[in-house]
Amino acid sequence: FPAVLPSPHMSRRKSCDFILFSFNKTVEHGFPHQPSALAFDPKLQLMAIGTKSGAIKVYGAPGVEFTGLHKDTTAVTQIHFLPGQVSSMLLSSLTHMRSKIRCDFTLSPLPPLFPSATRVTVLLLLRSCDLLCIGTEGGGVYFLQLPRLSLKDNHTLLQDQVTQSLPDDYRCGKSLGPVESLQEHPQQSGKILIGYSRGLVVLWDLSTRHADQLFLGKQQLESLVWERTGNLFVSSHNDGGYSVWPVTSGNTCSHQPVTSTIPYGPFPCKAISKILWRTTQTGGGMPRASYGDRHCLTIQQDKDHVTLDFTSRVIDFFTVHKFDDPSALVVLLEEELVVIDLQTPGWPSLPTPYLAPLHSSAITCSCHISSVPPKLWERLVNAGKAQQGRQHTHRSWPICGGKNLAPPPKQQELLLTGHEDGTVRFWDASGVALTPLYKLSTANVFHTDCDPSEDPQDPSDDPDMQQEEEWPPFRKVGCFDPYSDDPRLGIQKISLCKYSNKLVVAGTAGQVIVLGLSDERSDHLVDVSVVDLLQDREGFTWKGHDRLEPRLKPAPFPPGFQPLVLVQCLPPASVTAVALHAEWNLIAFGTSHGFGLFDYHRRNAVLARCTLHPNDSLAMEGPLSRVKSLKKSLRQSFRRIRKSRVSGKKRTITTPTSKVQEANAALAEQEEVAPVQRRIEPRSADDSLSGVVRCLCFADTFLRDGTHHGPTLWAGTNSGSVYAYALEVPGVGTGRVCERGGASESSVCVEAVLGKEIQLMHRAPVVSICVLDGRGKPLPDPYEASQDLAITPDMTNAHSVLIASEEQLKVFSLPKVSAKTKFKLTAHEGCRVRKVALVVFSSTAQEDYSEHTLVCLTNLGDMHLFNIPGLRPQVRYDCIRKEDISGIASCVFTKNGQGFYLISPSEYERFSLSAKVITEPLFSVQLDRPLEPTPASKWCVLMCLLSDGTTTQPQANGTHKNQMGQAEGRSEHTHTHSLSLSHTHTHTHTFPSFHFSPPFYSPSSSLSSLSEPLKLQPGLAGVPLWSPW
Amino acid sequence: MVLSAVPQPTSQPGSRMSRQQQHRTPLKLTDNVVEVKSKFEAEYRRFALKKNGPGGFQEFYRLLQTIHHIPGVDVLLGYADVHGDLLPINNDDNFHKAVSSANPLLRIIITKKEDEPVVFGTNSLQRRKKGLGLTGLRTTGSGSTHSKNKPGLMIGLPQNFRQISSIIDVDILPETHRRVRLHKHGTHKPLGFYIRDGVSVRVTPQGVEKVPGVFISRLVRGGLAESTGLLGVNDEILEVNGIDVAGKSLDQVTDMMVANSHNLIVTVKPANQRNNVLHRGSKTSVGNSGSVGSAGSTGSALSHDSPSPASQSNPITASNSIAEGDSDDEDDDGDVILENDCLTPYNSHRVTNSNNTNLNRDSPNNRPHNSTVVRPLPQSVSLPNSIGASLSDSSTMMSSHNGNTASSSQESMREDGNIITL
Repeated sequence: FPAVLPSPHMSRRKSCDFILFSFNKTVEHGFPHQPSALAFDPKLQLMAIGTKSGAIKVYGAPGVEFTGLHKDTTAVTQIHFLPGQVSSMLLSSLTHMRSKIRCDFTLSPLPPLFPSATRVTVLLLLRSCDLLCIGTEGGGVYFLQLPRLSLKDNHTLLQDQVTQSLPDDYRCGKSLGPVESLQEHPQQSGKILIGYSRGLVVLWDLSTRHADQLFLGKQQLESLVWERTGNLFVSSHNDGGYSVWPVTSGNTCSHQPVTSTIPYGPFPCKAISKILWRTTQTGGGMPRASYGDRHCLTIQQDKDHVTLDFTSRVIDFFTVHKFDDPSALVVLLEEELVVIDLQTPGWPSLPTPYLAPLHSSAITCSCHISSVPPKLWERLVNAGKAQQGRQHTHRSWPICGGKNLAPPPKQQELLLTGHEDGTVRFWDASGVALTPLYKLSTANVFHTDCDPSEDPQDPSDDPDMQQEEEWPPFRKVGCFDPYSDDPRLGIQKISLCKYSNKLVVAGTAGQVIVLGLSDERSDHLVDVSVVDLLQDREGFTWKGHDRLEPRLKPAPFPPGFQPLVLVQCLPPASVTAVALHAEWNLIAFGTSHGFGLFDYHRRNAVLARCTLHPNDSLAMEGPLSRVKSLKKSLRQSFRRIRKSRVSGKKRTITTPTSKVQEANAALAEQEEVAPVQRRIEPRSADDSLSGVVRCLCFADTFLRDGTHHGPTLWAGTNSGSVYAYALEVPGVGTGRVCERGGASESSVCVEAVLGKEIQLMHRAPVVSICVLDGRGKPLPDPYEASQDLAITPDMTNAHSVLIASEEQLKVFSLPKVSAKTKFKLTAHEGCRVRKVALVVFSSTAQEDYSEHTLVCLTNLGDMHLFNIPGLRPQVRYDCIRKEDISGIASCVFTKNGQGFYLISPSEYERFSLSAKVITEPLFSVQLDRPLEPTPASKWCVLMCLLSDGTTTQPQANGTHKNQMGQAEGRSEHTHTHSLSLSHTHTHTHTFPSFHFSPPFYSPSSSLSSLSEPLKLQPGLAGVPLWSPW
Repeated sequence: MVLSAVPQPTSQPGSRMSRQQQHRTPLKLTDNVVEVKSKFEAEYRRFALKKNGPGGFQEFYRLLQTIHHIPGVDVLLGYADVHGDLLPINNDDNFHKAVSSANPLLRIIITKKEDEPVVFGTNSLQRRKKGLGLTGLRTTGSGSTHSKNKPGLMIGLPQNFRQISSIIDVDILPETHRRVRLHKHGTHKPLGFYIRDGVSVRVTPQGVEKVPGVFISRLVRGGLAESTGLLGVNDEILEVNGIDVAGKSLDQVTDMMVANSHNLIVTVKPANQRNNVLHRGSKTSVGNSGSVGSAGSTGSALSHDSPSPASQSNPITASNSIAEGDSDDEDDDGDVILENDCLTPYNSHRVTNSNNTNLNRDSPNNRPHNSTVVRPLPQSVSLPNSIGASLSDSSTMMSSHNGNTASSSQESMREDGNIITL
């Protein structure tokens, strides 16, 4: 429920708030952090991914996705779809085994008949769906009846029973080890293959409770798979080999397999941990890792043999197939999902429509562009297609469960992410699935150590050559590549003008690059300008990194955004703010030392202003200096790793993101241990880093006097200073130029004159500056007014400027800067402003009514909404955990009331503050069972969910609708065979407990998952472990 | 240490006169005469002053000069107040205060101005009074034998005094709580305290309850907080500027205090409850009128003179306060706005466009360094309070500015940042 700030104004406003504002976390974009399990239902064509934090995400066709989250962070280790079954299971680490109602993840307790404290190793669900087989560490196999999960009496198969029938020489007094694999016979139901760790495989007949056949394997077993006919099965072993065994009735004991192969022998190999065998076309896949720590998967088919070399650990894989003819191989890696098209010769990889690896290089900044003009969109899409063309096939996405019912987005939205390796990625953020559009690399503007000119082809191409020469035939797959060649390339700020297609990106080494969109490939030299922001300040020596070396020769730039001008700040500190005004051809940029103004049309530096405080010594340290040596060595080692990857030598794999997290966690712990004490002192003028330029903005407003408006530039610093410059831009404000007459010569050049300097008393960092027009509305973007794309700003009444510092929000009148209104957030709430955005909220009640609202994200992770220019608090929502500093730092708002923040290095959470503009999944999943849509049964599920959730509702089959729909009484959507699982926006006020939950649309077959550490104990009552958010 | 508060008194409360108490009964004295004993160097004079019409400070000053036969010698006057503190007399107000607080004898100490500054001390007199009487009152030059006891603290003249702290809202707060206002602005002294997390024990109808609280963990020596004596280690912080801190994290409370630091009002529950205001009634029978009157306060804030509890007077009468108005306006005015006069539209453009336009095209690095003319200050500082002043300033500036050569104005316009200092 939206939390409402207690305020005297609230009572009057309240009715309106609910029309404008409503907080929802709608969808997660990107790749789940630390995935740990994978499952696929071939019937429903749905894929499920479980994570170490206890989330289960289910994906079908693009746009069909839903998520459930464990209340406690318990790792999911196995997931199984239960075809046609109603309830599903989850084994959790809490020593409970629980069954959950499939659609809402409510759990019920395990019957108390289970042997205590046994670790479960494998699960098998029979096709008949009435029996669940559980393999344990102790070697026992237990059978549970579904859906009640009651232990089947006298069916338990303990190791002793098996050992008795073994020949003496095989028995040799040792235990058989844990159960490693359970596989049901593909033809004869009721027969299962049990594989023990020591190598023994037993074909067990459930009906006679007798071992049909024993296979006396001698190698330690990793996995088993049946051949389709059931006459053969394959076992894979930890020595890197696999064996094919015949199943012949009458023969009770097989000592030798038919064939036994170690594909990459004869030298010792690492284990094949999973093997699949699809008869018709393709051989199985074998993850192997004889090469050090390589993460590999082998596909064999007759003579074709490819070893896919991944950059991160293989979690699991499956094939998508119809009648044993695999069309695609889906591999879940620790950091990405790779899909290989097995029907196209050469087995190319398929681009994924979701689960995009956002973090293929660490995200350093982001920027959102709403309502992208169709022309720009088309050109971007084409540029992106040109990039992808050679790497991917264009076959359709193989996983196609469910039906996306979401209407096509009304407008195109772009999310731009800047990365540590100097790339900017353009994502289609219009809908539920965040898909990559285009990738821009800025590294080729510079001369770097790994100069791409030596290797103009994408590295993924050259393994083709290696494939012929090398054995094993490695092929690099996937795009996760966290190793930055040079951290100075990192992108810090992005600004895009969607009307003029001008892009400004600024980076860690003070580089500011202006790019223009071009559809043609071009070889050209980029103009370079250097702007000294220190000016003539003496006594400052930069101790940080060097500036990047611009490339001296013309470089080839592919279609898309191509660099026009490179401006390098000196000292080369990280750029902290940029602003672009394409109409005036101006960019402004700021660092920790000052800010500059550059005319990119005339390639002319207009202004450089130092903001350093004389005592500020820390500013010269540079961001990396204190850890410089460490960072440098890290960088070198990464480079080494990178090289070794190409040459095929041994390498170590560290995931820098997780390293950083570990370090952060350690730091956080340390802080907690230390006695917590805070000093109370007002900020003084000579605080370090006071000169950091925090924000820049261009505005056409009244700075000189109340009658003449003109271009202005505003800059705010970390120490609460605001500088306002009046600009003379030739051709802008032409009236005045004419008045003066004959000034054509002088008007060629842009001029900047300092107009005002404001020092905020409280000296808090200035987070944002925005000029409001005579009606109190923010000024439109460049070109919007001149091209009639927005309501022209009111230039007749007095303008005002909104200055948001970390502590206060203030509106000053213009041109005489005097305070009009303010809100002292920190003084009242103790929270500090981190991000600020001016957002238009449209009303759900009135079609054309909208309000401009100031949204503040604070260091406590909550959103405060204020009206402008009155600065009255409207509403407050808790959004991000306050401990989640990277989440707060990464938050980006859209213009219409949505936002994104990182919930892990690889995932964006999308949220909506607007009651009207919500992007969320809307789809249906076709069910294979007739439904019994009586209101009573629906209610029943809902009740049990609300009360305790401990009851399973095994036959509540007709209640596949998501709980929102039920709560809303939208039963008309339930028809016999298909469920229309729609989701309305108004639900949020109806059911508090479901308030922020994403819709759970359930398939008719359900999910079961297995969690670590998988201890089973009887009799522990169930608390709902899964619950809607 | 007391650097306390004597806000400029505005009026003399006449009622204070009658509150004088007579412990000793001197000869022939009626209620409307004050006995005065003045000392200059080694000489004493005794005389009487009429209480109802003591005249002004200047009159008294001349009187003393005549009495001591030191016409034309610039002197400083001091008097010993009821607590034995040596306080200055240099205007009508503190003279009236001195007269009214005579108890019953008014002791005046006269020192030459050209000597080293007088040490107006706290408690020093009192201590001496107990042991040695007033004779040892340390004046300059005379190597006091008592200075080794405790060096006297340097206190500036009253006109330099400024309120640094006060206890407010005594009448509306429970007596276990104390609301302290620290006036930070202007000083370079640190606020000087640290806060920490802790557990506070509350007595509720349900019984004793432990709740998280925020406490003062440390006072910085010589800091403002310590010097007021109103805040102590382990005091629990309940409110910051009227906002309850319950449920707020340490960092939030820290930020709230820092954000309010220029006018910080903290409500604490002192760890040491023995010094609470109301408990002092009995002790202050002698001194209560003294310190209250000294502020000459209009009642808004009780100025706090000394860490010794004795100096705390009966609070109820003292602070029928009105919690002082929100200080919002103060800090708005605190934003400093520098305006560049060159911006006055037509002048500046004319200058810019008619002269040296080539300079503008240079990159900022190449700006000329050879301005030979006296560089005019292109800015005027305008504080919102002094708009008129700044306007007139700027107009004069404008005229002088326009008279200067274009090159200097050109420069000042381009790189004026470097010459603006706040």
